[in-house]
Amino acid sequence: MSSVSTAIQVDKNASMAAATEHASSRPLISIKSVDKIYPNGTEALHNVSLEIPGKPQFVSLLGPSGCGKSTLLRMISGLDRHTGGEIEWPTTAYDYKGRPLAEIGFVFQEPTLMPWANVFDNVYLPLRLKRQTRAKVHDQVMDSLRMVGLEKFARSYPRELSGGMKMRVSIARALVTKPKVLLMDEPFAALDEITRLKLNNDLLALWEKQNLTVIFVTHSVFESVYLSDRIVVMAARPGRILADLSIDAPYPRTEQFRTSSLYNEHCRDVSGWLKQAMAGVEDEH
Amino acid sequence: MNAMNEIRTPAPAAVAARTPGSKSATRRIGEKALLQLAPFIFGFFMLAFWEIMVRVNDVPVYLLPGPILIAKTLYTDFGSLWPSLVITSRITIEAFLIAAVGGLLLGMLFTSSRWIERCLFPYAVVLQVTPVVAIAPLIIIWAKDTQLALLICAWLVAFFPVVSNAAVGLNSTDRNLINLFQLYGASKPQAMWLLKLPSAMPYFLAGLRISGGLALIGAVVAEFVAGTGGTQSGLAYRILEAGYRLQIPRMFAALFLISATGILIFFVLSLLSRFILRHWHESAMGDR
Repeated sequence: MSSVSTAIQVDKNASMAAATEHASSRPLISIKSVDKIYPNGTEALHNVSLEIPGKPQFVSLLGPSGCGKSTLLRMISGLDRHTGGEIEWPTTAYDYKGRPLAEIGFVFQEPTLMPWANVFDNVYLPLRLKRQTRAKVHDQVMDSLRMVGLEKFARSYPRELSGGMKMRVSIARALVTKPKVLLMDEPFAALDEITRLKLNNDLLALWEKQNLTVIFVTHSVFESVYLSDRIVVMAARPGRILADLSIDAPYPRTEQFRTSSLYNEHCRDVSGWLKQAMAGVEDEH
Repeated sequence: MNAMNEIRTPAPAAVAARTPGSKSATRRIGEKALLQLAPFIFGFFMLAFWEIMVRVNDVPVYLLPGPILIAKTLYTDFGSLWPSLVITSRITIEAFLIAAVGGLLLGMLFTSSRWIERCLFPYAVVLQVTPVVAIAPLIIIWAKDTQLALLICAWLVAFFPVVSNAAVGLNSTDRNLINLFQLYGASKPQAMWLLKLPSAMPYFLAGLRISGGLALIGAVVAEFVAGTGGTQSGLAYRILEAGYRLQIPRMFAALFLISATGILIFFVLSLLSRFILRHWHESAMGDR
């Protein structure tokens, strides 16, 4: 039974009021003992519990491939269904299909742009699907493009952009609905090192300005330590949570943080956990 | 050809790479122009060779007329060939349009229901693999008038490439984009109109290009089988008729008009395809 159908269907207005009232005390997302078993019997996730607080956080899901971190992210978004446990959004209203209402922005590993539409229309898409007219939301779309520094490229087509720029468009599209949560599934994994570092900084700057929770799937220790204030380390077979670590370095973080001893300490610590997460996998071979 | 060149604007990087020395750049441009003209130059020499061989060897006109005589015949007989060209073109275009619209609609129906696809697709294949020449006599018996029979034959041939290409195109939408549409709660019509149709466009247009040529072939073949005479006859009948009367230059002139029509159809559809896909699809971006 999925949580979605068991969740209390709250009246939208009531829930909005509740959201403002209890934003800090009640969790934004509450994941309780979630399992995911595929029809062929593979257990992708086993007894995963995680609470995402109402206060904006930058959470990384870190783990070796096959640990179910992407699956967990997709289940949070409602794209995949879990086979046991509950995923609840206590402060959010659901739409009739049981998805949290307009609270989610999703960034895939690929930019996932429509090649036939220009940058503006790609970012406009989520609003268009909600039947907002172009004229009405023009400024909103342009604001979103400005946030990622691409306002001058509104008329360009995806093929004219570099890999990093396409990813920025994808982020602008995810943010255009002003979501509470930005879900990112290894968004920078396919980019080169220099572009990735640049986008890391830009993402942090964005996150600090917005009232936004980011859940960021990655397999890079360095990326997760640099970005997050919380790292959830996951292990594979079955996918489970191994450690829930907090990275207590102040924001804004800059390039100087990357060379600090505090950063190195955290990297060592997180690497240790990741090694432990890999240990079980290596034993099997 | 000029129009094609304008569409094929090279990427800025390519331009930069080509301009180290202006001499080699001009040579490159000259080479490119020559490459574009090559088929015309070759064709001209072939025609000249043909004309010379016919004259030198004194080949009788009823066996093989030279290109100059064919051109003259085309000019003098144009008045009688033109109405036939109009008839053949009209059948071709009507069959093509019905095939294009119907094919796309059927393709959409296929993707919306696995059952419909399972039930109908094998029969679409049967229609495709059965030679139209073999079914044409039946259709001519069944259809009320010959024009309708010709239209059905041409449509039968032109239909399949559109259906199969549209169905493949509609089924090959990027999975992540489908997820994205789900995430934002897109309705089925929204997903069809904003996602599936645009991403099927390159496949559909490729199907159209094949089907345009096939519609013409279907129309001509069916007319050969029907052998309609009188005022309603198309170019195929003119070829038969000229053959009986041993007016070989006139046969060639009619043949030329059919070929020209086919080339025109292909050219127009290619331009349409390039225009629609110009911003995003590799096929419309020219040589790389």
